[in-house]
Amino acid sequence: MRQHDKDLHPSAKVPSVREEKLTEGRESVGVALQSALVHSIGAEPLRRMLYYMMLTRELENRIERKLYRQGKIVGGVYVGRGQEAISVGSCTLTRPQDVVCPSHRDMAAFLIRGMTPPRILAQYMGRRDGYTRGRDGNMHMGDLKLHVISFVSMLADNVPVAAGVGLAFKMRKEDRVVLCYFGDGATSRGDWHEGLNFASVEKLPVVYICNNNQFAYSTPVQLQMAVENVADRAPAYGMLGEIVDGNDVLAVYDATRRAIERARAGLGPTLLECKTFRMTGHSAHDDASYVSREVFEEWERKDPISRYQRVLLQEEIISQEKIDAMQRQVIEEIDQAVDWAESSPYPEPEDCLRGVYYEDDE
Amino acid sequence: MPTKTQLHELYYWMQLTRILEEKLVALYRTGKVVGGVYTGRGQEAIAIGTAYALEKDDLLAPMIRNLGSLLVRGFCPEDALAQYLARATSPTRGRDCNLHMGDLGKGVIAPISMLGALIPVMAGAALAVKIQKKRSVALTYIGDGGTSTTDFHEGLNFAAVRKVPLVLVIENNGWAYSTPVARQTANPEFVIRAQAYGVAGFQVDGNDVLAVYEAACKAMDHARQGNGPVLIEAKTMRMRGHAEHDDAWYVPRDEIEHWKTRDPVDRFERYLRETGSMSEEERNTILRRINGEVDRAAELAEQGPLPSGEDAAGGVYHETT
Amino acid sequence: MSPTTYLEAIRQGIWEEMERDERVFILGEDVGIYGGAFKVTEGMLERFGAHRVIDTPISESAIVGAAIGAAYMGLRPIAEMQFIDFISCAFDQITNFAAKSRYRWGAGVPMVIRGPSGGGVHGGPFHSQNPEMYFVHTPGLKVVAPSTAYDAKGLIKAAIRDEDPVIYLEHKFLYRRVKEELPQDDYTVPIGKAVIRRPGRDLVVLTYGAMVYIAMEAASELVKEGIDLEVIDLRSLLPLDKETILESVRRNNKVFVLHEDTRTGGIAGEIAAVICEEAFEYLDGPVLRVTALDTPVPYSPPLEEFFLPKVPDVLKTARMLASY
Ligand SMILES: Cc1ncc(C[n+]2csc(CCOP(=O)(O)OP(=O)(O)O)c2C)c(N)n1
Ligand SMILES: Cc1ncc(C[n+]2csc(CCOP(=O)(O)OP(=O)(O)O)c2C)c(N)n1
Ligand SMILES: [Mg+2]
Repeated sequence: MRQHDKDLHPSAKVPSVREEKLTEGRESVGVALQSALVHSIGAEPLRRMLYYMMLTRELENRIERKLYRQGKIVGGVYVGRGQEAISVGSCTLTRPQDVVCPSHRDMAAFLIRGMTPPRILAQYMGRRDGYTRGRDGNMHMGDLKLHVISFVSMLADNVPVAAGVGLAFKMRKEDRVVLCYFGDGATSRGDWHEGLNFASVEKLPVVYICNNNQFAYSTPVQLQMAVENVADRAPAYGMLGEIVDGNDVLAVYDATRRAIERARAGLGPTLLECKTFRMTGHSAHDDASYVSREVFEEWERKDPISRYQRVLLQEEIISQEKIDAMQRQVIEEIDQAVDWAESSPYPEPEDCLRGVYYEDDE
Repeated sequence: MPTKTQLHELYYWMQLTRILEEKLVALYRTGKVVGGVYTGRGQEAIAIGTAYALEKDDLLAPMIRNLGSLLVRGFCPEDALAQYLARATSPTRGRDCNLHMGDLGKGVIAPISMLGALIPVMAGAALAVKIQKKRSVALTYIGDGGTSTTDFHEGLNFAAVRKVPLVLVIENNGWAYSTPVARQTANPEFVIRAQAYGVAGFQVDGNDVLAVYEAACKAMDHARQGNGPVLIEAKTMRMRGHAEHDDAWYVPRDEIEHWKTRDPVDRFERYLRETGSMSEEERNTILRRINGEVDRAAELAEQGPLPSGEDAAGGVYHETT
Repeated sequence: MSPTTYLEAIRQGIWEEMERDERVFILGEDVGIYGGAFKVTEGMLERFGAHRVIDTPISESAIVGAAIGAAYMGLRPIAEMQFIDFISCAFDQITNFAAKSRYRWGAGVPMVIRGPSGGGVHGGPFHSQNPEMYFVHTPGLKVVAPSTAYDAKGLIKAAIRDEDPVIYLEHKFLYRRVKEELPQDDYTVPIGKAVIRRPGRDLVVLTYGAMVYIAMEAASELVKEGIDLEVIDLRSLLPLDKETILESVRRNNKVFVLHEDTRTGGIAGEIAAVICEEAFEYLDGPVLRVTALDTPVPYSPPLEEFFLPKVPDVLKTARMLASY
């Protein structure tokens, strides 16, 4: 029974609108696409990506498994082991003038943007030469000269900030994009919603990159949201959502490239969901007893670094000897960085007072 | 399908809302109202169609355009009038304004101004219902503008994850103050948001009280049976300014003219007439009754005293009496 | 019986209230399976079930909002902030919804919002804050900050039983550092009551939270110099126990306030005003303050140490005041 009015919507569409599939999904790039990608990217950038993945792994291993246990790190440690492909595959595509807003599992983003292991380690050790001069710890660091915006603890606070950065680019008609990173848990925050919505309404040049590592501390993703994929939320914002295998650096690269192209073309933001797994506890103190051994083992087999090495060997981009040499180089680099950081002094206590407000000599 | 009595009741509530709001506007123009007047003109079908679908122990939290919901749930015209006139006799004794009133005995939770804030609160009320193993549902509303807030997202997501019996109605009236929907969202089909949260979503013609009622009944059934929240998008149009001070010069004239032809009260009246559900006689009786009620309520409200200054103090914390 | 830690005291308090009153439930991030980031809710999921120990999404505004709604429905929610710093994300629900509700329309909101606050553990600018004054400035809220295991348990129970929203600030530095034997029997510590930790005759310091221990240490130093410092632990910041404060001021005639919170807009300013209004003629010296600096809480140990009030700062101020 309906009141008659021809040009009206059909009323009360029941049941829900859930059947339609609105997100693009791609398990992982197939073999053909893989080769095509390898050729289009070129050997040098491909090797550089491997280097950054290995450097990140080594740096974080050193922080979490050595320095933290030796009591040399001040405060907590969060690492992105098993997730390196995400920040490497995406951040590699940024140009110098682009901006990144990393989150707490995106060490590679800092490195690729030019922040260096010695100063990063000094940061973790609360030293004067850390990026925040001892004022803040671990990955709470940034460098505006390198166009890296510092993360704050409040998850998803960086989402509207990234939109604001994109807004500035749009207003000034600059050909620049922002990459903004966050976890699955962060998507439950109101700031995430407000930020994405605003970016989409304004068609801002932002690529939102979610590392869906299936846990937020001890909370599994099913207790975080009642949808299967974070990307399922994109249509609500009139935004393109895409799902990629976050342990496949080439897949991440490929999807990010498309998202950046869209952003540069003025087509607005993209929500890129990278499926992955957190291969550690939430932080160094957490043994993740709530995750079963089998799940860890299953994901260990999907390790993004060994997987990528296999691809590069197979495609003859690099030899095993070169990989071994790269590993030695990375270790040495981190050894030196640790020495340097340890020799950096603690800040002068009085330095605490400076810089709350603008100071003339800055 | 509602019975004839129910159809008459629906008509009564629709007209009561409309006539009471017209009275409020008249009082506003003579300077008697303290503060602004926000009406739901053109949106009456949504408030009434949804609130009318509630059962006795259900919960309601209205927004500013939902005077009709409050009336259906047992607030009387004098309550609303006394609130707008800031009288000591109003439900909040002059402490808060307009429709910011509630009564837990009636299952009505008072709104606050902050758009969206009611959604987590009603999700929590629905959570309590679930914990207490009751069969009530919680109903609340949000405007198209309010969907952009933190609390819309956090509240609906929380409700979805916990599968609580919440029915959230998005009243898409095209405007949030002077901001058109196109500047509020890049996807104006708000019903799609249901999919973003993993909840059921219905879209309904918000100017068709029977369609709204039917959708609300289905939504409430769905929620009551433990299937989690439901999002209803009701498409409508705000037929006046944001509030009475605002002449809505920014709204294109033809948009208003177009929607005038869909006026929910007129349409329902036409429907009742054409289906022979209400005679001219019956209609006149209902209208006479409403006019009498509203006039009497206005008189009483105006006779009510203003609170005395000292009444500002006290009642901030629990007081043992 | 072995002594109970401050942390365990909070846990016991919540546990016993959940046993005593089925309306009490807890919601927050990682409070269930994991037992809370600091293990305050350990074992509760197993004991009370998932409908009373609710793991939520990372949605502080929804956590507090849902607690308000459940309180309206007759439940007694305890909302946990994983770190109290994240309370900023729920500011609107706390200050606009919960705090004003009773006054506006007579609907009380009996609920507790609790979480670890305070510095001294090198947590940096986002895991060390003392947010009390945002809320002390909001009529309708109550704010408490226990310093001992006894008070931690007694105050959490009082907060849960209270008819109004209570912000319960746990000091994470004290979690495992302070312990004491607790009574077997059920007890509460009244909200709005300060306690004299150490009676004195020469001057009085008003303080709370982890700073109580700094004050006590200073007091034992000062004794050696013949200065008898009274130490008052405020325990509640809103409402403030004016009676105990003023009584002590009238006896000691010299007073200073010590707090870990930053200086400008800290509770010390409010207390100084109260004393000036109501006991000015009893004062033999200015009302002084020892507080943290007006900066964010810095991370690196030397910076944080410099930032936080220390025993020597207290000694200096006490000596100066004593010499008046
Ligand atoms: C607003 C806010 N609430 C709570 C926390 C505490 N917290 C830090 S990380 C974390 C889990 C984050 O999960 P997710 O977003 O999935 O990122 P992941 O750590 O898995 O990469 C929580 C709850 C926080 N940092 N911010
Ligand atoms: C959080 C918040 N921000 C701003 C306002 C001011 N405000 C009141 S109503 C309104 C527009 C609301 O638009 P919409 O949600 O579409 O509801 P409508 O008025 O159209 O019914 C605004 C901006 C508010 N009340 N709350
Ligand atoms: Mg995660």
